Amino acid sequence: MNIVVLLKQVPAKDASLRIPEAGIWVREADITYEVNEPDIYALEEALRLREKFGGEVVVVSLGPERVRQAIKEALAKGADRAIHVHDGEFYTLDPLQTAATLASALREEKFDLVLTGLQSDDHGFAQTGVILAELLNLPHATIIMEIQVADGRVRVKRELEGGWFQWVEMALPAVLTIQSGINKPRYASLKGIMAAKKKEIRGLERQALLAADVAQTQRTLRIYLPEKTKKTEFLTGTPREVAAKLVEKLKHEARVL
Amino acid sequence: MAEGILVIGEQQQGRLNRLSWEALAAAQQFGERLGQAVVAALVGKAIAAAAEELAGKKVAAVWCVEHDLLARYTLDSYTRALQQLISQLQPRFVFMPHTYQVRDFAPKLAAALRRGLVSDCIGYRLVGDQPIFVRMMFQGKINADVTFTGEAPHFVTFQAGAFRADAVVAADKPAPIQKAEVTLSAELIRTQPEEAFREAKQAVDLSQAEIIVAVGRGIKAQENVTLAGKLADLLGAQLAASRPVCDEGWLPMERQVGSSGQTVAPKLYFALGISGAIQHVVGMKGSRTIVAVNKDANAPIFEVADYGIVGDLFEVVPVLIEELEKAAAD
Repeated sequence: MNIVVLLKQVPAKDASLRIPEAGIWVREADITYEVNEPDIYALEEALRLREKFGGEVVVVSLGPERVRQAIKEALAKGADRAIHVHDGEFYTLDPLQTAATLASALREEKFDLVLTGLQSDDHGFAQTGVILAELLNLPHATIIMEIQVADGRVRVKRELEGGWFQWVEMALPAVLTIQSGINKPRYASLKGIMAAKKKEIRGLERQALLAADVAQTQRTLRIYLPEKTKKTEFLTGTPREVAAKLVEKLKHEARVL
Repeated sequence: MAEGILVIGEQQQGRLNRLSWEALAAAQQFGERLGQAVVAALVGKAIAAAAEELAGKKVAAVWCVEHDLLARYTLDSYTRALQQLISQLQPRFVFMPHTYQVRDFAPKLAAALRRGLVSDCIGYRLVGDQPIFVRMMFQGKINADVTFTGEAPHFVTFQAGAFRADAVVAADKPAPIQKAEVTLSAELIRTQPEEAFREAKQAVDLSQAEIIVAVGRGIKAQENVTLAGKLADLLGAQLAASRPVCDEGWLPMERQVGSSGQTVAPKLYFALGISGAIQHVVGMKGSRTIVAVNKDANAPIFEVADYGIVGDLFEVVPVLIEELEKAAAD
């Protein structure tokens, strides 16, 4: 089974984000990066499928030079080779353009499955994987918690609202967007880290891959810290006093009781 | 010339879900501001009752997109049917709720038309007559103002709780219900869905709860959850938790509220011993009234709370239960 895994490197969850004047992206310097959380699970799932069925895991990532680190981690965990689509201004692309770039990068690849996280921790569009499936003319399923492969077909468990799930089945090749918690991701071993040094990372340029006729459909005008619209009323006193005040407020002020 | 706002509702077993009403509220308000008509659409089979419910609201028309092949959701049947509807109606905007199902097909639908989808929006603004949509980035730490470039239709999905379902305006008289003509064939459907199911024996749909009592790491141990349970029972509320509590197994995963759990917007939300990390807050910040109890005065939960109590939940909650019992007895 040949599996492509799309990985995105994002600012670490606890990174202190600063917005430059009139900016549409955060200041990149001085923050740490990590692999987008659901993408980590997608990679682990790909490695498990390869262990079961044989084949190859190819990792693809779009972004500036720093993304190489995320790619190396994936190779160290066991991915066979990688494609780095160089783009210093990835944050100016809308989801359609990102997916079109990736579709172009995959044009010469032969694969049975494309796995990606359900959405990214930075933009959080939750679109790229689905758009990619449309552009590649492949079936897809999203927010997947389990994958079963047999006879050239895949059966996957979709997570739905409120604790509901649904199995859905389709032929390969297909695109799946993966939910966090589907598996327990491995750590790279020392052996893996050493082996990664010899694995191929093919470099491509976004400018060369993104066709001029894939025009931008949406534009970010500015990004900013959300205003705190809520005025928090702090209740003070002994626990008894506080409790009594709260009941009164909930009944007569907020009127929710 | 593309005109009007098309709202696509989502129905399960013939009933519209709450998020669909929220999307309709968004469309009505937006349409009012822009001077554009709103039409609603439903997709499925045997949707007449849901269509009638929609027709009782202030919309120019309700479109029923019905076909045997739409009885169960599949990405191909829904995308193709809606492509046809959109090409017939030529709306300027297409609004949908940001549900699991919409996340599965909306990006495909927009991309098939080579149009933009601004997803998971929390609101909009008008600058002159230019609409600007607001969405969250970095798990709620930063907001972005986004505008469409290029041609209509423009697709927008709205985050749960961004608009209130009870803000939907009713109609004086029912809107006309129209039948959309769509052509679908079985060969184009590439996915075979099975029956949806719940894993746990107890069904929990937090999104339907009016009151929620949620616990975080501050609850400290599994046996303390019963204290929160007592409060919940008294209020007729559902119990919920932040992810760490579910990871520990103190409450089942299906009670998780947050970015990887459920998004809720009840009228009253208690956050007990919850720090307010953004992964949790994005799942509950739409709640009408939030009460937070936490020992740490700097806990981020107080950024979203209406009423804040800096204190020990093990001291506050038992007394709160007594005060509520007293109030109920009056």
